Amino acid sequence: MVEYFIDLRQRFFASDIWWSFKSSPLVVIAAFITVIIIFSSVFASYVAPYNPFDLAQFDLMDALKPPAWMAEGTSKFLLGTDDQGRDVLSTILYGSRVSLLVGFLSVIFAMIIGIVVGLIAGYSGGWVDAVLMRIADVQLSFPAILIALLVDGIARGLLPKNSHDELAIYVLIVAIALSFWVQYARTVRSSTMVERTKEYVQAAQVIGLPKLLILFRHILPNVMGPVLVIATIQLALAVITEATLSFLGVGVPPTSPSLGTLIRVGNDYLFSGEWWITVFPGLALVILVLAVNILGDWLRDALNPKLR
Amino acid sequence: MLAVAFIAFAMFQFVGDPISNLVGQDTSTEEREQLKQDLGLNDSIVVQFGHFIGNAVQGEFGKSYRLRKPVKELIAERFPATLELSLLSAFIALLVGIPMGVYTALRRDSWLAQGFMTLSLIGISLPTFLIGIFLILFFGVMLQWLPTFGRGETVDLGWWTTGFLTVSGWKSLIMPAITLAIFQMTLIVRLIRAEMLEVLRSDYIKFARARGLKERSISFSHALKNTLVPVITIIGLQIGSLIAFAIITESVFQWPGMGLLFIQAIEEVDIPIMSAYLLLIAFVFVLINLIVDVLYYAIDPRLRMN
Amino acid sequence: MKLKSLVIAGVSALALSAVVAAPVSAKTFKFAFQGDAQSLDPHSLNETFTLGMLGNVYEPLIDYDKDMNKIPGLATKWEAVSPTKWKFTLRKGVKFHNGNTFNADDVIFTWERMGSEGSDQKARAGLIKSITKIDDYTIIVETPVPNPTVLNEMTVMYVMDKEWAMKNNAMKSSSPKDAGRDGSYATTHANGTGPFMVESRQPDVKTVMVRYKDHWNKNIATNVDRVEFTPIKQAATRVAALLSGQIDLVYPVPVQDWNRLNNAPGVKALAGPEARTIFLGMDQMRDELLHSSVKGKNPFKDVRVRKAFAHAIDLNAIKKAIMRGAATPSGLMWAPQIQGYNAKFNTPYKYDPAMSKKLLAEAGYGDGFTVTMDCPNNRYVNDEKICQAVASMMAKVGVKIDLLAQPKSKYFAKVLAQGGYNTSFYLLGWTPGSMDVYNVLNSLIVCQNKEKKAGAYNLGGYCNKRIDELTVIIASETDVAKRQAAIDEASKILQDEVGYLPLHQQPLSWGVRDGVNVAQRADNVLDYRDVVMP
Repeated sequence: MVEYFIDLRQRFFASDIWWSFKSSPLVVIAAFITVIIIFSSVFASYVAPYNPFDLAQFDLMDALKPPAWMAEGTSKFLLGTDDQGRDVLSTILYGSRVSLLVGFLSVIFAMIIGIVVGLIAGYSGGWVDAVLMRIADVQLSFPAILIALLVDGIARGLLPKNSHDELAIYVLIVAIALSFWVQYARTVRSSTMVERTKEYVQAAQVIGLPKLLILFRHILPNVMGPVLVIATIQLALAVITEATLSFLGVGVPPTSPSLGTLIRVGNDYLFSGEWWITVFPGLALVILVLAVNILGDWLRDALNPKLR
Repeated sequence: MLAVAFIAFAMFQFVGDPISNLVGQDTSTEEREQLKQDLGLNDSIVVQFGHFIGNAVQGEFGKSYRLRKPVKELIAERFPATLELSLLSAFIALLVGIPMGVYTALRRDSWLAQGFMTLSLIGISLPTFLIGIFLILFFGVMLQWLPTFGRGETVDLGWWTTGFLTVSGWKSLIMPAITLAIFQMTLIVRLIRAEMLEVLRSDYIKFARARGLKERSISFSHALKNTLVPVITIIGLQIGSLIAFAIITESVFQWPGMGLLFIQAIEEVDIPIMSAYLLLIAFVFVLINLIVDVLYYAIDPRLRMN
Repeated sequence: MKLKSLVIAGVSALALSAVVAAPVSAKTFKFAFQGDAQSLDPHSLNETFTLGMLGNVYEPLIDYDKDMNKIPGLATKWEAVSPTKWKFTLRKGVKFHNGNTFNADDVIFTWERMGSEGSDQKARAGLIKSITKIDDYTIIVETPVPNPTVLNEMTVMYVMDKEWAMKNNAMKSSSPKDAGRDGSYATTHANGTGPFMVESRQPDVKTVMVRYKDHWNKNIATNVDRVEFTPIKQAATRVAALLSGQIDLVYPVPVQDWNRLNNAPGVKALAGPEARTIFLGMDQMRDELLHSSVKGKNPFKDVRVRKAFAHAIDLNAIKKAIMRGAATPSGLMWAPQIQGYNAKFNTPYKYDPAMSKKLLAEAGYGDGFTVTMDCPNNRYVNDEKICQAVASMMAKVGVKIDLLAQPKSKYFAKVLAQGGYNTSFYLLGWTPGSMDVYNVLNSLIVCQNKEKKAGAYNLGGYCNKRIDELTVIIASETDVAKRQAAIDEASKILQDEVGYLPLHQQPLSWGVRDGVNVAQRADNVLDYRDVVMP
């Protein structure tokens, strides 16, 4: 794996991909925005004016202040405050961190499950394939919310108490990953079935290389392209699914909100005129998803030699 | 499907306790325990599952705890609403999505195509519930053009209630259908575009061009037809997410369909409804996979020859 | 839509102006609530909304008027003939919706049905030892012990027709148990004496009721002929339905939307004090808290810690920022509408974080500690937001709250008796069904006692022997002054020991179309008798 990525990097700068990246301004902007969002949310504790996760730092009496440029706004809170008196800008920065963490980890987790299942199903064929794909079908008929409830229940049963904040995030990650892996599995499986019949694989089989080595060293690199593309789209989807789950009441705790939770909470204030509580996190989410997807689209086109 | 039912049963242990929702605050602990016993909730999962399957085989799904009505009747009442909503939204998604997808593939670098792509992305980057609320706020509250909840007047055909036959039924359908369609549309645009781009560079398109066929005829009768196979596969797969998003859409618009029934069942831990719903969804999946397979043959002549 | 409503408005204006003597055209009243009644059987669920809705179809012997005064219902008068016996004179000439005549047999049958297997009104039926028929329109109701609140409890004893029940095999109360049992007919059919009849019902979707023309009371205020009820679950959708003019009344309305409603043309918010008290409870029975960083002891057993909590919470800030000024901060565990309330004891604990810190330091928790707080997120008005605010306020005195906010099904499953009172610190709300202090004391405040079925909702296990003694007195003392003295003493003890942390009475929050007159009852019941349409 490691060698594969080093190799990839060397090829990268010499490749057409780098060229096609530089030549599209939209993609450059998207990449720039993505980097900024990731950077500022990872370093939220240095960038953000306040720490909204520290319960002692905000005051209920500051609640519902409009953004600074409006009549009743104060320069203390650039984008206003929410119903608890938290600075909206800070909650967005910290919230993006939660959302990105959930997004990235769940996508990686789903990718790992999906790739392993897909490789095995595609390479083995026969009843193994049939069983694995039936499991995938069953999986698809469960809405993510039920999976989240199940994972949450099991986690609470198995893990020590007193850690709801952190626990909730991992529950979400596992739940989202469990409802996402099927797409990877199907994609990898179909590519693997094609690769399996190719000469290089047959050559490897003839010289007696172990099955696992063939799978991961030889086949995997050749099926990674579409997987990476799905991943960029699913990163966005994961963030939204997380928001949806918290709308349905199975999300992260409101004391350490994600972007999704912020939008859900702000939803209560759409009619009452405190639009900034939901519009700014919503905007942040749209920009983030947009940027990641533009990158994903570009990657899809750039990785496909037929399109150039 | 058996597996679905069993997993579902295992899950219900974690959804919560139905009893508190079924009795008043003055009801004693012993009576609560008694009720729990009577409902069979103290039995092991395996026993409960056995009961359920035994009854389900005879077409009996029990009675909703919360609504005190046979689950069969409830689902029969609600199913038309969900099906009509899903059909209309799938129709909208295809009607708008396919031309947009074709266009963005053919004129890949034009500004309009880029605009379409960006627009389609906004569709998936906004949570469904937010889109729904915004539509309600704008068309329902500010402009007062469209009703904000429910199905409007429906016509009862005896075995089916439809909203397609009344003006208020159609009006009520518009916003939920659009809300539900947006996500599917985004997906279709992106899929069609990607597949078209591949197909347009294949040899037979080049031959068609060489034969001097019109560009329009090439794009639609040759290229588009070939892109539809993978598109249908993925759309079939996406039914799962359609159902998931229908839950949200239905609860935002108080659409009296199965999604709303299900989400309320989860909230109130109405186990008979939850299990019947999941079983039905599993059945729908089997059905859809079947339809998708049949459609392959209808669309792709190459498959028919085999 | 706009054109259509204009036409309708025109037509009705025409109808009004044309002939004054002609009866006014049929009036339909449409309203939405967040949920639906679970059953049409008045004995199968003891829950406010279900009983409130059925109170328009079925009637009790004694009813509440819009200010919750007891007024004659199916009984024309009642008098105490001994401390445990009440004589009721029943109303003559009352007919059920199916035409049957109401008499004493129906009352006795109703009481028996409430005590039958499957009923959720057994506790209420148990308050009565026997009902004796003197003649068709006179009965004697006997209670096991002198009971000053039995009349309040009787306001939700809805009388059902015995012949009807017999004919339809509904002699026993229906229950959530499986279909095919006795009583299930009454789940989907109703036959009362009330001013409205159920015309059609699709659970969770729509219930239509029409006026019962032969109702005995010709003097009720309403001019409504038809009521259409739609449950709308999402608050935003509910408010939108009112704003867009499709619905005449919605409740509950989020308190933050009041401004919007009052500024919008044609609608307004209708607010009033509700009898529900929201409070925080602390586990005071275990030797070590289940969910806390403190090991080996229970900080809540120390009254200084409980006091520190009381002084750290700023009730006025919660009222202002979260409840939009609409809550009534409370020092008592019961609301002013409750029988036995005494304003003298209703002063909340003073907000004083400095004193709170000092008390914590004295108790040996100068560096604070961590405790998990259980909170429902879809049960009470802004429940989750209140918990968040409490967590933030506690953080300022050094106590870290780990907030676990869950939907009510999971929350109740965890904190109530069936979950083994699995909580250390929680938020709960309570409205006594009888509108009397005794219900609060017996459910929430007396020591947990399974045999006596007492203290079932005393989740934290607060226990004071003197309060238990006083509660026994309050239960049966019919002398008002003596009873009040006992209530006051109990209030004082509870406050001094900080057994609970009362927060506020939450507001009733309805939204109505201009011109529609309704009475907002303190128990959040919408009585169609008081709905007057323009």
